[in-house]
Parts: sequence; C-alpha cells; structure tokens
Amino acid sequence: MLSNVSKDWRGAGFVTILGVAILIFVPILFDLFEVLQMTKYVVLSLFALSLAYIWGFGGILSFGQAGFFGLGGYVFAVSAINMGETTVPFLIAIGACALFAAALGYFMFYGRLSDVYLGVVTLVVTLILWKLINHTAGPEYIIGKARLGGFNGVPSIPIMSLPWQPGQEMEPAQMFQYFMAILIAVYVLLHALIKSKFGRVAISIRENEIRTSLLGYDVRLYKLCIFSIGGAVGGAAGAMWASYQTFVDPNIFSLEWSAKCLIWVMAGGVGTLFGPIVGVLALEYLSFQLGQTALMNNLIVLGTILMLLVLLLPKGLFPTFRDLVVKLWRRRGGSTDEGAP
Amino acid sequence: MDFSLVVAIELLREVAGLILIATGLAIIFGMMRVINIAHGEFMMLGGYTVVLTTKMGVNIWVAILILAPLAVGVFGIVVERLIIRHLYGRIIDSLLATWGLSLFLIGFVTVVFGNTVEGVSTPFSGFAIGQYSVAIYTFFLIFAAVAFMSSVYFTLRYTQAGLIARATMQNPDMVECLGVNSKIVYMTTFGIGAAFAGLAGGLLAPISGVVPGMGALLIGKAFITVVTGGAAVVAGTLSSAGILGTISQAVTFATGPVFGDATLLFVALILLRILPQGITGRIFTRSV
Repeated sequence: MLSNVSKDWRGAGFVTILGVAILIFVPILFDLFEVLQMTKYVVLSLFALSLAYIWGFGGILSFGQAGFFGLGGYVFAVSAINMGETTVPFLIAIGACALFAAALGYFMFYGRLSDVYLGVVTLVVTLILWKLINHTAGPEYIIGKARLGGFNGVPSIPIMSLPWQPGQEMEPAQMFQYFMAILIAVYVLLHALIKSKFGRVAISIRENEIRTSLLGYDVRLYKLCIFSIGGAVGGAAGAMWASYQTFVDPNIFSLEWSAKCLIWVMAGGVGTLFGPIVGVLALEYLSFQLGQTALMNNLIVLGTILMLLVLLLPKGLFPTFRDLVVKLWRRRGGSTDEGAP
Repeated sequence: MDFSLVVAIELLREVAGLILIATGLAIIFGMMRVINIAHGEFMMLGGYTVVLTTKMGVNIWVAILILAPLAVGVFGIVVERLIIRHLYGRIIDSLLATWGLSLFLIGFVTVVFGNTVEGVSTPFSGFAIGQYSVAIYTFFLIFAAVAFMSSVYFTLRYTQAGLIARATMQNPDMVECLGVNSKIVYMTTFGIGAAFAGLAGGLLAPISGVVPGMGALLIGKAFITVVTGGAAVVAGTLSSAGILGTISQAVTFATGPVFGDATLLFVALILLRILPQGITGRIFTRSV
C-alpha cells in the first residue's frame, strides 16, 4: 500500500519540489522584468491546468475554456473595484465560475451531448459572452462602482494583496511567490484528486463512458463535478490575470485564448498535468521571441502549430519525450517507473 | 399594418440569414459528422473574393454568384486533400485541425489585406412601406435562402449523386462494397460545403462589409443552427433556423440585438437538453 502511494506521488513530488525551488529562488536570482514575465507564465500555467484536468482526466474537451478565464477576470474586476479588497473577490470569482460551469454542464451532460456537440456548445457560449461584454460600452452598464466599459475594458483593477495583509498591494516578487504557491497547491490538489477514488472513476469515464455507467456510476454527475472544478481553476486563473494586468477587456473571451489554452495542453500532452505547464512555457516563449521580430502574425503561428500538432504529434511533446526517456532507461536495465502525471 | 409587415420581413430575413450561413456547415456535418470550425473563415474568403474581383471591375453578380463559390469550393477541396483526409474517424482531431486552419486564415488575411473593413455597394436600392424603408436586397437574400434549401433538397432527393451521397451518409462501408469510392464522395461533399460557405459570404458581403475577423461573428449562429437541427441537412437546417431565427428576432425587437443572440443560444441549449441529437435526431428522422 505504502509503495503504491509512493509510486503515485514520485513524479508529482519531484514536480512539487521543483516548483517550491522556483518559488524561493526566482525572485532572488532574476531581475524585476524577468520576474514579471514569469508571473505571467505562472498564471497561464494555472489556466492550462484547468483544461489539462478536464480534458486529460475527465475526457471533457471544452473549446471555450477562455469563457471561464474571462468570467473569472470580469467577476474579480467588478467585485474588487466595488469592495476595495481582493481576497473575497478572488473567492467570489472562483465560486461564480464553478457555478457557471455547473449550470452549463447541467445542460450539456444531463442532455448527454456527444463530443462534437459539447465542443460546439462550449465554443458558442464563449462567443456569446464575448459579444455580450463587447456591447456593454454604454454608461447604463454599471455594476456598483464598476463600469463594464464594453470593448474599452475595465481599467484600474486592484493588484491583489495577501489574505493576511488586506489593503496592502503585493510587490512583484511577492505576487510571483503568491501565484506560484497557488499554482503548486492546485497542482497537488488536482493530482490528489486524480489519484483518489473520484479520479479513478473519472478516468474510467474517459476510457469508456457506457461501461462505467453500467457499473453503477452516475456519469453525468461525475462529469458535472469535473467540469465545475475545471471552471473554478480557470476562473481563479482569470482573476489572477485581471489583477496581474490591472485591466481586462472583452478579448479575454476571444477564440484566440481558448485556442491558446488548447494548444498548450495539446503540445504538452493530454493526460498529464506537468506537460501543459511545459507547453505554456515553450509556446509563450516562442511567441514572445516571434513577437520581438514582428515578422509573423501571432494567429498564423498559433494556427500552424495547432494543425501540425494534430497531424504530426497527436500525443504531445512531453509524453513523447517521456516515453523516449523511459525507453532509453529500460534499455539500460533501469527500473520501469513513470514520470510525473 | 406597415409595422407588422416590416417585422414579418425582418423575421424572414433573420431565418434566411441563418439558413445561408448554416447550409455549407450542415452539408459537411450531415455527411461526415465533422464540424468545420473554419466555416466562418470560408465565408470571409468568399466575401473577400467578391470585394477584390468587383474592385478589378468584374460585374458584382458574377463575383457573388460564380466567383465566390468557385474560389472557396476549390480552396475547400485543397484543404480536404491536405488536412481533413487524414483525420476521418478522428472527429475531435478534425475539429482541432479546422480550428487551426481558422486561426491561420484570420492571421493570413490580416497580414495581406490589413485589419480594416472593406465594402462593396449593395446592388439594389430600397423601397418604402408606409414610413419604413426596406432594401430589395433583403428579398434577394430570402430568395437565395429558398434556393439554397431547394437545390440541396432536389440534389439529395432526385439525382444519382444525391443518392450516392445519402447512401454514404448512412453506411460508408456498404457503399464502398458497391463500388463507390467514398473518399471521392467525401472530398466532393467538403468542396460543395465550402462552395456554399463562399456563396453565403459573398451574398452577405454587400450588407456587412468584410473584415478578417468577420467569421467569428457569424459562426456562433451557424454552429448552433446546425447542431440544433441535427444530421438531416434540409429538414434540420430549416426547422432550427425557423425556430431560432423567429425567437431571436422577436427578442431583438423587444430588447436589442445583443440579447437576441444570447436568447438564441439559450433556446438552443434547452432544445438540446430535450433533443440531444438535434431536432432531426427525434423528429423528421427519415427526411434529408
């Protein structure tokens, strides 16, 4: 039993230790600009985790994960501006996204929509949110003190403060460490969830939905829970993004963000949690470099990567690399342990 | 009296608009169970074809009715050969690949033509009903929607090609055994679907103008119409466009265009909750 537990956690433990090391040493070793860049990667990694979890471990492919990202950002913006404080709005944003996911999930899972329909419905919901928010430019769209501002976006969103120091804005280094701690916590929680009984049922749903329901599990309810958890994580990432940028505009709901999230997860590898984080780092770094040369349109790059991934590397970078390493390791007669999930 | 006439025309226009933007998608979805996410960009390409060729002095009707569907249809066949062909049976992967294509096309057109609205003038003028003015082009669009649906219906129902297409839809293996190359059927279907998208884009170009991101504004409605309609091309598109168009236009009249779209989605969600396979999954199951 104990050896089982240790096997379950070997890869994840390594990733966690790596994460804690990054949390401690990055603000010491790097300068301000680089820390800010890395904070961005941390937030986007959390966003990627939300899809990595529901797609890789629940078999739910949401084409509109940016819907939760954007909703989290907007809910955080509106409630933080109104309350003048950030911890409770952060929780409100997470809760609102989980509820929204549950409501949407009710229609999709209890209607037993197939994969294609599910993809289309999530995509369209995001499109509609984008359109709705875009049309709130008029002065009549005001919630408390916060004007939604339509396509102009919501400016001057408060920077988050630590829960035990309300009213005191975080320094960039503190923010990096706080967000990194959240990322590590979510990673560990999701990993624990995947290894729990709930997670095993979820994986069996991914593998064979009919067989799982014939074994007496309520597939619809499980999927609803998985989707809501994914929505909550996506919403948390959105709130952190809004606070990091101190600004949100409706383009946070755009198809580009949903596509980016998908590409990170695909590139990193569906069915892992660590891979998508690698995907974020690799692709964001790539688009950062390409953006500096200003030769290529970002959408052309994204679209090409997505097509190539589907056609050439359907398993993703990280699993391909991992399998290669494991193969080499085995050839040397080493143990047959697997990498991080 | 005048007002209700105008409302009725607007309702018909909304339904016709849904039919126009959804037909190409419905053909591809009905035949191959593939939702072509790049459908909106196919329409965008049709629109650009019209704008560019009319600027070069081509007659606008030739540009809309011949060049736009031809160009996009050929493009569709190229896409099928290069990408879609490898992904039959991998439905989710084909969605992802066409999404990649969609992003690529938006980026590409933005780089080539710039992120600005290009326009062509509307071919007809308007006329007055009482104190309201109505564009004759609106009637032309309604007529085009009727033509779309009836041409698809007659092709599928009464021609050899339509028979083969319907047979492939039902059982591709059996069709192969009877000596039909289903790959060619799929390729042609994708090309025809793309051509319909191009034609729709061309038809809408004089009204809305063209801009690289216009696809995203149109596809939401198109997807929802097709998914709500289900697999039968004509019956599904007609019934869902009828229901969704009427409701969304009614809400638009009451509150404004934004909530019209949101209501369209909400009604579609409720319909899908009751009829998960779309309307034609339960009703009109034997229709085409």
